[in-house]
Amino acid sequence: MLTQIVFYVFSAVLVTSGMMVISARNPVHSVLFLILAFFNAAGLFLIAGAEFLSMLLVIVYVGAVAVLFLFVVMMLDIDFTKMREGLQRYAPFGAAVGGVLFAELVMTFLHWETSAVVVAPVTGGLGEPGGPHTNTAALGNVIYTHYFLPFQGCGLVLLVAMIGAITLTLRDRPTGRRQDISLQHARRRQDTLDMLDLPLGNSVEENGGFRRPADSYYVTAIPGSYGIPAETPEAAKASAAKGDHA
Amino acid sequence: MTALSQIGLTPFLVVSAMLLVLGVFGIFLNRKNIIIIMMSMELILLAANLNFVAFSSAHGDLSGQVMTLFVLTIAAAEAAIGLAILTVYFRNRGSIQVEDVTMMKG
Repeated sequence: MLTQIVFYVFSAVLVTSGMMVISARNPVHSVLFLILAFFNAAGLFLIAGAEFLSMLLVIVYVGAVAVLFLFVVMMLDIDFTKMREGLQRYAPFGAAVGGVLFAELVMTFLHWETSAVVVAPVTGGLGEPGGPHTNTAALGNVIYTHYFLPFQGCGLVLLVAMIGAITLTLRDRPTGRRQDISLQHARRRQDTLDMLDLPLGNSVEENGGFRRPADSYYVTAIPGSYGIPAETPEAAKASAAKGDHA
Repeated sequence: MTALSQIGLTPFLVVSAMLLVLGVFGIFLNRKNIIIIMMSMELILLAANLNFVAFSSAHGDLSGQVMTLFVLTIAAAEAAIGLAILTVYFRNRGSIQVEDVTMMKG
């Protein structure tokens, strides 16, 4: 009895928050309702006995994917009110498609019959004598025996997704200096160090100050930073060599 | 056995079907807002996951839960790539109007 109550509470909140995801005015509210929906779906997973996947849903989905959505929604400065134009125009069509789909599913459920033949468990063996006793251990057994290659493929998919997302969004910001190891190794003392004989009591400023030869760092600096005009490095180097070489 | 045997398979499938219909409806309802469209896709994938888990539990076969794991992986990858494309697109065009995406034809 308690299980039924918990199930119906979870599913009611799940469906309601799903409705709020698609109908909320503010996309931030949409994402927060999506998080609520994931939490309730995790509860349903728990009722169905999939403890590991339930925790995975909470940790991976709420912790990573939904927060990623939240980041993007808050980072992009978008006028969301303009996007709700044409809502009334498309709503009847969407409602028609959704209604047809739901009617089909209801018709399927009306003629729903489960076969009397009990499907023999192909894999798993949860709770069998000598078998694993928790859902996570049984799932691990199944993954690392029957589904090893697809599991590795999953890892590959995630790797490709990570590299793709990084390459798509990475951009060269004109800040900071790059480290060029070969250039650093090729440095000589006379390139960077000037030995001057100064009379006593003569300050650095009176002798024009000491500065590094400009071309010693202009080659490695990114154009557009440190006062270097955003042009070709050769031009920057030439103008630097001409100019302020104290 | 699990608590599913007290409830039965059908309520799970009904909830999953409602979630699927909500996702499809959300795609049509928010045709201009691509972020909401992606969230609707997440809802659809969640409905699929719910089906997988319910059937897996009802049949006592853990393969369904492994499939759910794969679906979760694909959904996470899809969300990451989609949001990256969205960010780059917004950086270049200053808007994420779905109608403007026809400009990508070049």
